[in-house]
Amino acid sequence: MSSLWLPILMAVPVLGAVVVALLPKGGTTLAKQVTLLVSLVVLALTLVMAFQFPNAAGDRFKFEATYDWIPSFGVHFGVGVDGIALVLIALSAVLVPIVVLASWHDADGVKAADGTVIAPKRSVKTYFSLLLVLEAMMIGVFAATDVFLFYVFFEAMLIPMYFMIGSYGGAQRSYAAVKFLLYSLFGGLLMLVAVIGLYVVAGKGTFMFPELVGAIQDPATQKWLFAGFFIAFAIKAPLWPVHTWLPDAAAQAPAGAAVLLVGVLDKVGTFGMLRFCLELFPDAAKAFTTPIIVLAVISIIYGAIVAIGQTDMKRLIAYTSISHFGFIVMGVFAMSQVAQAGAALYMVNHGFATGALFLAAGFLIARRGSPHIADYGGVQKVTPVLAGFFLVAGLAGLSLPGLSSFVSEFMVMIGTYSSDAFGSGALAAAAIVSALAVILAAVYILWMVQRAMNGPTAEPVKAFKDLNAREVWVLAPLVALIIGFGFFPKPLLDVINPAVTSTLTNVQVDIPGVAEKGAGQ
Amino acid sequence: MDPVEIIQHTAGGVIGMSWLMIAFPLLGATILLVFNRYTNRWGHLLGVAMSLASFVVAVLAFVQLLGLPEAQRRQAVHLWEFIPGMVDMGLLVDPLSIAFALLITGVGSLIHIYSIGYMAHDPDRRRFFAYLNLFVAAMLLLVLADNYLALFIGWEGVGLASYLLIGFWQFKPSAAVAAKKAFVVNRVGDFGLLVGMFLIWTTFGTLAFAELKPITSENPTTLAIGLLLLLGACGKSAQLPLQSWLLDAMEGPTPVSALIHAATMVTAGVYLVVRSGAFFFPEGSGAALAVAIVGAATLLAGAIIGCAKDDIKKGLAGSTMSQIGYMMLGAGLGPVGYAFAIGHLITHGFFKADMFLGAGSVMHAMNDEVNMRKYGGLRKYMPITFATFFIGYLAIIGFPLLSGYFTKDGIIESAIHAEPVLGWLAVLGAGLTGFYMSRMVFMTFFGEKRWDKEAHPHESPAVMTVPLIVLSIGSIFLGGYLVLSNTLLLWLAPAVGRPAELPGFHPFSVPGLSTLALVAVGAAFAWFKYGRAEVPAVQPRGSFLTTFARRDLYGDALNESLIMRPGQWLTRLAVYFDNRGIDGVVNGLAAGIGGSSGRLRRLQTGFARTYALSILFGAAILTGALLLVGNI
Amino acid sequence: MTTQYLILSGLLFAIGAVGVLIRRNAIVVFMCVELMLNACNLAFVTFARQVGNLEGQIIAFFVMVVAAAEVVVGLAIIVTIFRTRRSASVDDANLLKY
Repeated sequence: MSSLWLPILMAVPVLGAVVVALLPKGGTTLAKQVTLLVSLVVLALTLVMAFQFPNAAGDRFKFEATYDWIPSFGVHFGVGVDGIALVLIALSAVLVPIVVLASWHDADGVKAADGTVIAPKRSVKTYFSLLLVLEAMMIGVFAATDVFLFYVFFEAMLIPMYFMIGSYGGAQRSYAAVKFLLYSLFGGLLMLVAVIGLYVVAGKGTFMFPELVGAIQDPATQKWLFAGFFIAFAIKAPLWPVHTWLPDAAAQAPAGAAVLLVGVLDKVGTFGMLRFCLELFPDAAKAFTTPIIVLAVISIIYGAIVAIGQTDMKRLIAYTSISHFGFIVMGVFAMSQVAQAGAALYMVNHGFATGALFLAAGFLIARRGSPHIADYGGVQKVTPVLAGFFLVAGLAGLSLPGLSSFVSEFMVMIGTYSSDAFGSGALAAAAIVSALAVILAAVYILWMVQRAMNGPTAEPVKAFKDLNAREVWVLAPLVALIIGFGFFPKPLLDVINPAVTSTLTNVQVDIPGVAEKGAGQ
Repeated sequence: MDPVEIIQHTAGGVIGMSWLMIAFPLLGATILLVFNRYTNRWGHLLGVAMSLASFVVAVLAFVQLLGLPEAQRRQAVHLWEFIPGMVDMGLLVDPLSIAFALLITGVGSLIHIYSIGYMAHDPDRRRFFAYLNLFVAAMLLLVLADNYLALFIGWEGVGLASYLLIGFWQFKPSAAVAAKKAFVVNRVGDFGLLVGMFLIWTTFGTLAFAELKPITSENPTTLAIGLLLLLGACGKSAQLPLQSWLLDAMEGPTPVSALIHAATMVTAGVYLVVRSGAFFFPEGSGAALAVAIVGAATLLAGAIIGCAKDDIKKGLAGSTMSQIGYMMLGAGLGPVGYAFAIGHLITHGFFKADMFLGAGSVMHAMNDEVNMRKYGGLRKYMPITFATFFIGYLAIIGFPLLSGYFTKDGIIESAIHAEPVLGWLAVLGAGLTGFYMSRMVFMTFFGEKRWDKEAHPHESPAVMTVPLIVLSIGSIFLGGYLVLSNTLLLWLAPAVGRPAELPGFHPFSVPGLSTLALVAVGAAFAWFKYGRAEVPAVQPRGSFLTTFARRDLYGDALNESLIMRPGQWLTRLAVYFDNRGIDGVVNGLAAGIGGSSGRLRRLQTGFARTYALSILFGAAILTGALLLVGNI
Repeated sequence: MTTQYLILSGLLFAIGAVGVLIRRNAIVVFMCVELMLNACNLAFVTFARQVGNLEGQIIAFFVMVVAAAEVVVGLAIIVTIFRTRRSASVDDANLLKY
C-alpha cells in the first residue's frame, strides 16, 4: 500500500535543483524560468493530490510510503500526510512559485539606502537551486512519519536558508545568518538528544511515529523528552523569549527568503508541537500547559507592543509574526477542537497574510533601498496599486474580519476561551488578554501605513513606479486566497478537523459536546 | 411579549435572494477597485446603479415581508457553512433588518447621487464610489446577518470603509491620523464585542440569533455579555467613553460624514443593542440601565460640544453624538423604547443626512470653508440649500409635527416614565439642541456676510439639490407616519417584541410641553446671541465652559495622558528591553564565549619546550592518577 | 639485576626529559629525545628478559625503526630551518601560535 505521491513530490524539486545548478554559466534567466516551471509543476501535483485526499486510502495518514533506510536502527524513509500536514504542504507549494516570481531580481543584489548595491556572494543560479532544494525539504519535513527522518529534514532545512540569508541578504547578513543558524542548531541538538532518548526508552526498535505514540508511559521521562522537543520547536516558532533571531533574519534576508522563513519554516515549530509534543508526550504536555500558555500570551502582547515601536518595516512585520505565533501556540495547547483547528488554520493563513505583507514591503523597499519607515511617506499618491496591496496585506495582518487570518484567530481565541480541558478560568483569562492584541494590531499596522503610505509625498518617493505585471501576479493570488478563505474556510477546515480530532484522541482529551459537532463534519 | 420565532426560509421570492442586496454593491466595489483606472469614466454611474439595485431588492423584500402574516415575518436565509460546527453564513430578513436595509440603501443611494456632483472635480472620484459601495455592502451584511460572527464581519467591514473614507484625502496628515484614530478606537469597542461573543458561544453554544432564547431576568453572565456588547456599541456609535474619534472623522469628504458618520454606520451600536435586546438587555435589567445611562450621558456631552464648535461639520458631528445618545437611551428602555429608538434612528438618518449634505453644499459653494464665522447671510444665495437645511433644522430641534418631534418626544416620554432622572436630562438635552442648532442656522444663513474675498457662493447643481429635497421631504413627514398610530412599533413587534401596553400620543403632557418650552428658550437665546447681534469673525476667548466644550470635553486630552503617552512609554521600554535585555543576553553570551576563547588561545605560545613541559605534566598527572586508583 | 637496569633506564629518561626542557639548541633537544626513546628501549628489553619472551625485544626494534625515521624527517626540518633563519634555537621557531 505504498503510494508514490510524496516521494515524487519531493523528487521533482530536487531534480529541478540539479538541473538549475548544471545550467551553463550566464543562463540566469533560463535558471529563473526553469525554477518557476518546476515549482509550478510541484504546485499542480500538490493540488491534484489534495483533491484526491478525501477519498485516498489510509486511516489517519494517507499517501503513505515507507522504505527502510538504516535497518539496524529502525530508521525509515517514511512519509505520509494527515490533514494538517497536507494543508501545510499545500501552503509551501503555493508560496514557492510566488516567491520565485517575487525574487526574480533579489539574487542580483540588494540595493542599500545610499543607492549602492550589496553584491551577492554566490551566483543567481545557486539561489534558485537552493530555493528548490528548500522546497523539497519543506515538503519532506511535513510529510515525514518517521521521527528520525523528521529530525533530518528539520536540521537540513537550515542549510539552504543559511546560504540564502548569508549570501544574498542585506548589509548585516552574516550576523543574521549565523545567529539564525546557531539558535536553530542549539534547539536541534536538544531535539536530537530527545529523539535518541525516545528511541531508547520506548524500546520498540523503530523511529516510526505511529508506533511511538503512547510508547512512553513514565511521566518523568515524558517531561524530559517533551522539554527536548519543545525547546527546539519554541526556538523555531519562535516563542518569547527565544525570538530575537527572527527579526534579524527576516530583516536581512531577501524578501522572498523571508517569506519562506516566516511563512513556512517557522511553521515547522508549531506543527511539531501539535504533532510530536502533544501526541508523543500527552501527560507532559498537560503538565506544562500553564507555563506554555503564559509564554504564548506574553508572545502575543509583547510581540505586538515591540512591533509598534519598530522603525524598520521588515523588523516590524517579523515582530507581528511573533505575536501571531503566540496565537498559534496558544491554540495548540488549549486542547480543544476549535482552538487546535484554528491553530492549524492559522499556520496556513499566516503564511498567506505575512507572505503578502513581506512581499509588498519588499517591493516597496526595492524601489527605495531602505527598510526604514521614516524614509517613505505619501506612497499611495504615487503608486496606488502598490499601496492598495500593501493595505490589504496589512489588514490581513491585523486580522480584519472577512480576511482569512480573522477566521483562524477567532477560532483560536474562542476555542481557548471555551476550552474546559484544564478547568476554565485560566484559559478564559488568556483568551481575553490575547484579544487585546486586536487593538494593538490595529495600531502597529495602521501606524505603519500612515507613516509610509499617507501624508505628503516624500521627495525620493516621487520617482517610484507602480507595480509591474510580474509584481501584480505575485500579490494578486495571495490576496485572492486571503479574501477567499476569509469567507469560505470550509475546504481547509474539513481537511484539518479530522486530523485534530485524532490528535486530541491521542492526547486523551475528552472532546466537549460543542466541539464534537465540528469533528463530525 | 417576546419576539416571534425565526423560521428557516424555504419559499422562493425576493427574500430568498436577499443576498443580492449585499452582492450588488460588493460587485460594484470589486469592479471599481480591480479595473481601477479603466473605469474612471463611468465608475460613479456604476456605483450609483449598484446602490439603487440594492435598494430595489430591499423594497421588494419589504413588500414580500408585508404580505406575510406576522408570525412568519422573521425569515432566515441560509447561505453557506462558514466555520463548520460553529456558525453558518446566513441572513435574517425580519422587520428590524429590513427597516435598516431600506434606510441604508435608500439614503445611501441619495448620497451616492449627491456625490456625483460633490466629487465631480476629484481625480479619484471612482475610488470614492468604490469605497461607498463597499460600505453599503458591509453595512447591509451587518444588519442582515443572522448571527453575531457575520454581524461582526459587517461591523468591521463598515469600520474599514469608514477608515478608507475618512482617510480618502490621505495626503493630508490630519485625515490620515483621523482615519487611523477612528479605526483604533473602534477596535477598542470590537474587543468588547469579541469577548462578548466568546461568552455567548461558551455559555449558549451558538452564535446564531435563531438559537438564542429570550430571557426575562438577567444573571451575571448575561449582564457581562450585555456590558461587553455595550462596549462594542459605544465604539461604533461614538458613545462615551469612546466618542473621541467621531469629531476627527469629519476630515472625510462631506457625503461620507452624511452617510457613515450620521445616517447609518454610527447607528450600528443602536442596532446591536436592539437586536440583542431580548437576549441580553431585558427590560429593567442592569445591562439595559447601563445602555440608558451611557445614552443620556452622551446626549448631553454631544450637545455641549455642539454648542461651542465653529466648524459646521464638527458642530453637526457633536449633534450626531447627541442624537445617537437619544437612541441609546431609548434602546435601554425595552420594546417601547426600541420602537422610538429605531424611529428616531430613521428620521435622524433623513434629517441629519439632509443637513450634512446641506453643509456640504455650503462648503462646495464657499471653497471648502468650514468655519461658520466666515459664513453669514447665505440664505439669499443658496435658497434650495437653505430651505432644505432649515427643514432639517426644524426636524432635529423637535418643531411640532415634523419628524424629530414625534420620535424624540417618544423617547423622552418613555424615559421619564421608566427612568425619570435620565428622562429629564434628555429634556435638558433637547433645550441644548434648540440652542446649538439655531446657532448653526443663524451663523450660516442669517446675519451679515463675513466671507473671504474669494468666495462666490452659488446654488449647487441639481444632482446635489434633488437628494436634499427628497431627504427634507422625509424629514417632514416620516416621523408622524412612523409614530402616530404606532406604525413602526407594530411593524417591529415580531422582531423585538411587543410592549405590554401600547404607548399613546400625548402632545400636551408635562414633559412634552417643557421640552418645547426649553427648545424655544434655547432658540431664542441663540437668536439674541448669533442672529440679531453681530458674530465676531475671530473666535472670542470664551468662558471656562466654552473652552471645555471646544476641546471636546477634554476627551482627547484624557486619552492622550491616560493611554497614548503611557503607551508610547511602554513601547519604547519594550523595544529597549528587547534590544538590550533579551538580545543583550544573547549577544552577551556570544561575546562572552568569544572573549574567553580569545584568552584561552593565548596558551598556544609557539614555544616547543612549553608544550613539552605541559606534556610532561600531563603524563605525570595521568601516572599519578593511575597509581592512586591502584590498578596499574 | 632487573632493578638496576630499570634505575638506569629511569635516569636516562630523566636526563633526556630535562635536556628537552632546558636546552635551546634543536640538535641537542633532538639528541635528548633519542635518549628518552632509548631509555624506553632499555626498559622494554629488561622486562623482556625478566618475563622470558621476545615481545619486548621486538617492540624495541620497532622503536628503533621509528626513531630512525624520525631522525630523517627531524634533521631535515632542522637543517631547513637553520638554512632560512641561521639559527638552530627552538625558541626562535615560534611562529605557529595563536
